[in-house]
Amino acid sequence: MSETQTQIPVTVLTGYLGSGKTTLLNRILSENHGKRYAVIVNEFGEIGIDNDLIVESDEEIYEMNNGCVCCTVRGDLIRVVEGLMRRPGRFDAIVVETTGLADPVPVAQTFFMDEDVRAKTKLDAVVALVDAKHLPLRLKDTREAEDQIAFADVVLLNKTDLVSEDELRDVEATIRAINPAAKIHRTQRSGVDLGEVLDRGAFDLKRTLENDPHFLDADEHDHDHDHVCGPDCDHDHHHHHDHDGHDHHHHDHNGHDHPSSIHDVTVKSISLRGGEMDSRKFFPWIEKVTQLEGPNILRLKGIIAFKDDPDRYVLQGVHMIIEGDHQRPWKDDEKHESRLVFIGRELDAERLKASFDACQAVAVN
Amino acid sequence: MPTVAPLDLDGHCVAAVFLNDVPHFAMADGLVHRLDHGHKTAQANDGLLCATRDAAGDRLITGGEDGKVFALTSDGTVTELAEAGKKWITSVAAGPQGAVAYAAGRVAFVRFADGKAKEFSHPRSVEGLAFAPKGMRIAVARYNGATLHFPAAEGKPTELEWAGAHTGVTFSPDGNYLITSMQENALHGWKLADGKHMRMAGYPAKVKSLSWAPRGRWLASSGAPAAIVWPFQGKDGPMGKAPLELGTRGNTMVTCVACHPSQDVVAIGYEDGMVIAARFADAKEVLLRRPGKGAITALMWDREERRIVFGSAAGDCGVIDIAG
Repeated sequence: MSETQTQIPVTVLTGYLGSGKTTLLNRILSENHGKRYAVIVNEFGEIGIDNDLIVESDEEIYEMNNGCVCCTVRGDLIRVVEGLMRRPGRFDAIVVETTGLADPVPVAQTFFMDEDVRAKTKLDAVVALVDAKHLPLRLKDTREAEDQIAFADVVLLNKTDLVSEDELRDVEATIRAINPAAKIHRTQRSGVDLGEVLDRGAFDLKRTLENDPHFLDADEHDHDHDHVCGPDCDHDHHHHHDHDGHDHHHHDHNGHDHPSSIHDVTVKSISLRGGEMDSRKFFPWIEKVTQLEGPNILRLKGIIAFKDDPDRYVLQGVHMIIEGDHQRPWKDDEKHESRLVFIGRELDAERLKASFDACQAVAVN
Repeated sequence: MPTVAPLDLDGHCVAAVFLNDVPHFAMADGLVHRLDHGHKTAQANDGLLCATRDAAGDRLITGGEDGKVFALTSDGTVTELAEAGKKWITSVAAGPQGAVAYAAGRVAFVRFADGKAKEFSHPRSVEGLAFAPKGMRIAVARYNGATLHFPAAEGKPTELEWAGAHTGVTFSPDGNYLITSMQENALHGWKLADGKHMRMAGYPAKVKSLSWAPRGRWLASSGAPAAIVWPFQGKDGPMGKAPLELGTRGNTMVTCVACHPSQDVVAIGYEDGMVIAARFADAKEVLLRRPGKGAITALMWDREERRIVFGSAAGDCGVIDIAG
């Protein structure tokens, strides 16, 4: 056995009680998909399947002792993942089910902040299950429901059979307003192709945004919050939210063009767009932004075009943690443009835009 | 010249110990191998997570994914000591008079030799367990500090507070200090007489292995490219003093340390599988084993101070004979 084992992908399932997490887990554990999953749950609860690889674990949120208020990890996951990975031949991937009220951020940060966990596993995607009927109520009651959506890569809008088409459209618009980057699937009884949930590579810098052929050419798209994603839809939706040539690169979704249910939304997304960047200005800027605004940033994703750089630079972040890497050469027909999406709270869109614009490379005449 | 008798096993070695002078290797799959006139095995947990030798040196206490605690003796007998339900047993400790402690989630259990058990619930998970060298006292490493219980008596526990997640714990052999390893790359210590804090930081990685030198004069630790050895001879422990750095290597990390039973010498295991011995007085090093397949996860000296058992994360284990 070699020490350089491949990193095991980890999928995080979030969602309120009754949103269909257990149904989805039962499908993952019982369907014949040729893969074996280790599942970490808070309580065995209603998982009616006897499986050695279901691990019950007490949610332990540990603040890191480094003075950073948003640096939290799930201590129990560190221990369980370490234990599981001592016998890696038993499973192909790990699924972490969180409690309904769980904050998804410490779970995600665990896979970036703990060196041992990071060496052996990689976060694949955060999947949020949403109960179509009860979401408006949840958003009124709590902040967690909104956080779970804001943080997700994939949203299963579940129990669609319990609401009317109009209600469904409103709920979907609300989800879209909180998180324009997530992929939404309308489902009943968690009935989604498991390939849309597992092995997504949403945190993989080499893969992130690569599946989105439209990410950079927003011009030809209309602003379209009611876009309905079918199971075959494989693109993110950043591009629906800003339009080059207009004056709203940043888009505050709170209320002005949406149904009333969106009044309870406090998360917003800010899409920035620019030309080629000066790396000597951009890196200090993004570091400063994530340092100062880290607690307010839930997720960030971007593709950056640097001047005199033949490669696309991709980056993604969670709170203060930010990762970036060269992804691949720009293709001949691609426009050298930089795009950055922040999802968070209390972010000053005007200031972010102005300071982002100031990082652009100045054309030498 | 030191010689190595290799034992190539499958999987991660959780513990390598001598029980009655017989080398034992406890693997993550729950199989415990021993070299006693040939290679023999005994099955302990279905998924072995933690193991420790008891004070008398004749039992291996194991805990695992099956929620069970076993005691294994050198004749291969495996006895189930306890079952804690569906949760993993994440930590075990062995104490005086045959007492055993184990942790499942937020509860620490102490089982006395007569089979009676006591439960200690905590608001947060029990991350590490250690018995004090004297008296029936047990320390629990937890979030934001450590808790000391007196299982043989009634009464309130002693709480030692320090912000952060404490994941492992050990008493000094004289019982004067309690040291924890932390989720951050640091150790924390308390002088138990007055509660004075000791911070031992600056490690580039998490500290996963600690070993006390004879009479508790030094504490050796992993978590750096060298074995970091803190002086504990003074009345305030290592405060204000620099640690020794032994066996420094530029391209790998120390993953395991084991102090010699009587001399100021430490056996050092590295991430690449190398094992050396280094002397405190002059930092002189002797190569004991060349790099292997996996990181060294376990090391122990025998009573005659002649042999060392070692285990690795990749299963390439063995016994080193110092005299050859």
